[in-house]
Amino acid sequence: MSDITKQSLTELVENIKNKKLSSTDVTKAFIDRSEKSVELNTYITNDFTSALDKAKKFDQKPNLDLKLPGIPMAVKDLFCTKDIKTTAGSKILNNFVPTYESTVTENIWNEGAILLGKLNCDEFAMGSSNETSFFGNVQSPIDKNLVPGGSSGGSASAVAGQLTPVTIGTDTGGSIRQPASFTGIVGLKPTYGSCSRYGIVAFASSLDQAGPMAQNVKDCALLHEVISSYDPKDSTSIEFKRNHYSKELTNNIKGKKIGIPKEYRVDGMPKEIEDLWQKGIQYIKDCGAETIDISLPNTSYALPTYYIVAPAEASSNLARYDGVKYGFRAKGENLIDMYEKTRSEGFGAEVQRRIMIGTYVLSSGYYDAYYLKAQKVRKLIKNDFDEAYKKVDAILTPSTPSSAFKIGEKTNDPVSMYLNDIFTVPVNLAGLPGISIPAGHDSKGYPLGLQIIGKAFDEQNILNIAYAMEEKINFKNKITDWWIK
Amino acid sequence: MSKKDSEYLINRKDNQYEVVIGLEVHAQVLSESKLFSTSATKFGAEPNTQVSLVDAAFPGMLPVINEFCVKQAIKTGIGLNAKINKRSVFDRKNYFYADLPQGYQISQFKDPIVGEGRVILDMPNGQKEVGIERLHLEQDAGKSIHDLDPQNTFVDLNRSGVALMEIVSKPDLRSPDEVNAYIKKLRSIMRYLGTCDGNMQEGSLRADVNVSVRPKGSKEFGTRCEIKNVNSIKFMQMAIEYEANRQVDLIEEGKTIDQETRLFDTKKNETRSMRSKEDAHDYRYFPDPDLLPLEVSEKFIEELRNDIPELPDDKKKRFIEEFKLTSYEANILVSDIDTAKYFEEVVAKMGKNKDIKLAVNWITGELFAVLNSKGLEISQSPVSAKNFAILINLIKNGTISGKIAKTVFELIIDGDKDPQKIVEEKGLKQQSDPKALEALIDKIINDNREKAIEYKQGKEKLFGFFVGQAMKASGGKANPQLINEILKKKL
Repeated sequence: MSDITKQSLTELVENIKNKKLSSTDVTKAFIDRSEKSVELNTYITNDFTSALDKAKKFDQKPNLDLKLPGIPMAVKDLFCTKDIKTTAGSKILNNFVPTYESTVTENIWNEGAILLGKLNCDEFAMGSSNETSFFGNVQSPIDKNLVPGGSSGGSASAVAGQLTPVTIGTDTGGSIRQPASFTGIVGLKPTYGSCSRYGIVAFASSLDQAGPMAQNVKDCALLHEVISSYDPKDSTSIEFKRNHYSKELTNNIKGKKIGIPKEYRVDGMPKEIEDLWQKGIQYIKDCGAETIDISLPNTSYALPTYYIVAPAEASSNLARYDGVKYGFRAKGENLIDMYEKTRSEGFGAEVQRRIMIGTYVLSSGYYDAYYLKAQKVRKLIKNDFDEAYKKVDAILTPSTPSSAFKIGEKTNDPVSMYLNDIFTVPVNLAGLPGISIPAGHDSKGYPLGLQIIGKAFDEQNILNIAYAMEEKINFKNKITDWWIK
Repeated sequence: MSKKDSEYLINRKDNQYEVVIGLEVHAQVLSESKLFSTSATKFGAEPNTQVSLVDAAFPGMLPVINEFCVKQAIKTGIGLNAKINKRSVFDRKNYFYADLPQGYQISQFKDPIVGEGRVILDMPNGQKEVGIERLHLEQDAGKSIHDLDPQNTFVDLNRSGVALMEIVSKPDLRSPDEVNAYIKKLRSIMRYLGTCDGNMQEGSLRADVNVSVRPKGSKEFGTRCEIKNVNSIKFMQMAIEYEANRQVDLIEEGKTIDQETRLFDTKKNETRSMRSKEDAHDYRYFPDPDLLPLEVSEKFIEELRNDIPELPDDKKKRFIEEFKLTSYEANILVSDIDTAKYFEEVVAKMGKNKDIKLAVNWITGELFAVLNSKGLEISQSPVSAKNFAILINLIKNGTISGKIAKTVFELIIDGDKDPQKIVEEKGLKQQSDPKALEALIDKIINDNREKAIEYKQGKEKLFGFFVGQAMKASGGKANPQLINEILKKKL
């Protein structure tokens, strides 16, 4: 059954339900391929032995009413998993084994899925290339020495490389959509408050959202329907009527109005990105929907705003990693010395940079000029979207201003790295849902993605638009298995 | 006493200084679980047995507000005659310490749940109003224990996350006595409301004390020093006394006072510098993104308002009007809710023909003395309000004398016995039959003829002798009033 790993989640579920495949067959296939794919460095921790046990157990008494019956799945190592080491890609949590499960992963296991292992990511999800991980950079299945994007780089690589049928990532400023775009897969960042943050190692609390990453839109819809739930353990979780996103998925988007924001035509954007966008507009029209030029005037302020708000929250969220209660502890002469050594040795350079930025913008004397102003701009950015949504049902933009770059290419230029998030961060700042779908290739044959941004809680609509476009685009990911000897 | 005489001033040569005090009281919310987690809050539990993943700040753990604590804070705000803010915001106060697992304390900085209010103090020279600046909710930290090991510090997180109300007064207090009255009044109000047990030994009530001094008559405030975390009224008073004198001495020497945080050393009875204004922490307050702004409706507040019991000020007013008590007596009875409860129960049990004054005298006299000597609270009184009321009625209706009542009281303490039964069993009923008493007195006069003559000749002191003899002969049961009357007639 060599083609098992090529199957979509939907196909696998169907085959297991029809008893054409057992959970053991499927689990074994993904484990085998994962074991051959060490060079991608996607896994931080694997749980293959117990995954096989669970698959066998499932097959003995299969519950085929579940949405993910016996489906193996690896998840980003930012989700706390009970009794399985959870590192957030950091040395400071290198020895941390939670006694609890995140709500989102709990939802997944409750629907019958089986944990394969924990996927590499940028340290504390801070990065756009998966190069900040303590456990080394992740290779893209697209090409050797190409970054898979970040921070959910291990997740993107694992889905594109067929090491897991689907996965979940987290998205604070683009960490699902950018790597999805770089690796030719689908990634959804849900509305803030749709998926519980309980048990997810926090980066920036007001922006973090978990979301699905998959080979296609239908798989993405199915996984989203599993993970999205109201959770009283997260005070920012929102109670609203959640759809059966996969069941209600339709490619009929006739008459929908799709906004094209002129501010996303940024300086220095490669022509192939502009061309891709124009192609996207054509696809929209081919589907019977209408495009309308709109303006989101404060877009240019989104990136600086994001790089104040996110580090500010991160500087406080990461204060708990102090060597006192769990995780890495360096020896020190006294308490302060222990703190300094633990955090200097335990955190990598990018995390330290953001802690410093965050500490600075919250300091007395700077708070008003930076943090408070950023909060006001954030409100303006949200107002831009509110205004636009009076005229349109969704917004179409490129996912990233370029295709994937080489490992090491931007590591010494943090600002150019941050610019990668230019199209994705406004969505997090406004708390909206956004989906990236693969839409073409650049001249090097690297995938390029388009982003559809929706109204709050309107995931069904952007999934439908993505589904309709997916059919027209008919994207084929060029995976050569270059890493398999 | 005129107001002037009672002013608390610090005198130096020709100068007089007024002391200005403001308090930040930290009152532990009476609640079974913590402010943002479901852990228990019981005092005295084994270290680290009341700690949840949230309290210990494990990765990915999130705070969820405890509605009960919010209600407690609002009720306290109502008790302080304060404005309740329908929208308040939880902020993070960031600093590193071993017993602060999150690396920040969740508190309310810019938008507290309760705004301005006031409390009335009963001072010997009249009433004094003290302004409340605000009340906000915040988490307590854990406890660092430095003295269990020469090398290491131990951390107990049982307190970590426990709900505190920080009640900030305006700088309206002017003396250690006013501070005493203020703390007692706050405690009394919160105990009436059931929002804080006010137990200072267990740390349920502690205060940071802000002290400054200024020349008498000056309208401007002096530079203040904050004395951190003082946990008894006595220590607060001592700390203020010391600190005010220290500041006055500096001024007299021509020096300036540095705005700083100080600690009170209870052993040496002095305050000493902890950190200066320059070294003050930058707490980097910002709204906690894990928590939405706290919004409460008018209806929510109204429902709590309807639930507020009669508070000490109103109760006092009612006691004075209804029971014709003096302000002094009413104060003693209302200051502690359990005393007030006991008193009201006694009044109720005494029935129609009652002597409230007598009951008050007995509660504040005999009962308080017994409680004091046994180290008991009135809620643990060895005599129930019912039996106490019976005893008072026995005195009132002349069944026993006040003196015999004291004997009866001694007897009923042990096992909360029915005084009526004791009187019957021990035959302690007062002799009020005039004929029997006349016979008894005739006999005494007969037996002491010489003394009777001496009395008639003017040695009036001997009257007491005859009373004593009569009481003795009756075994103490004779009605003393009747004895007096009969003796006067016969002698």
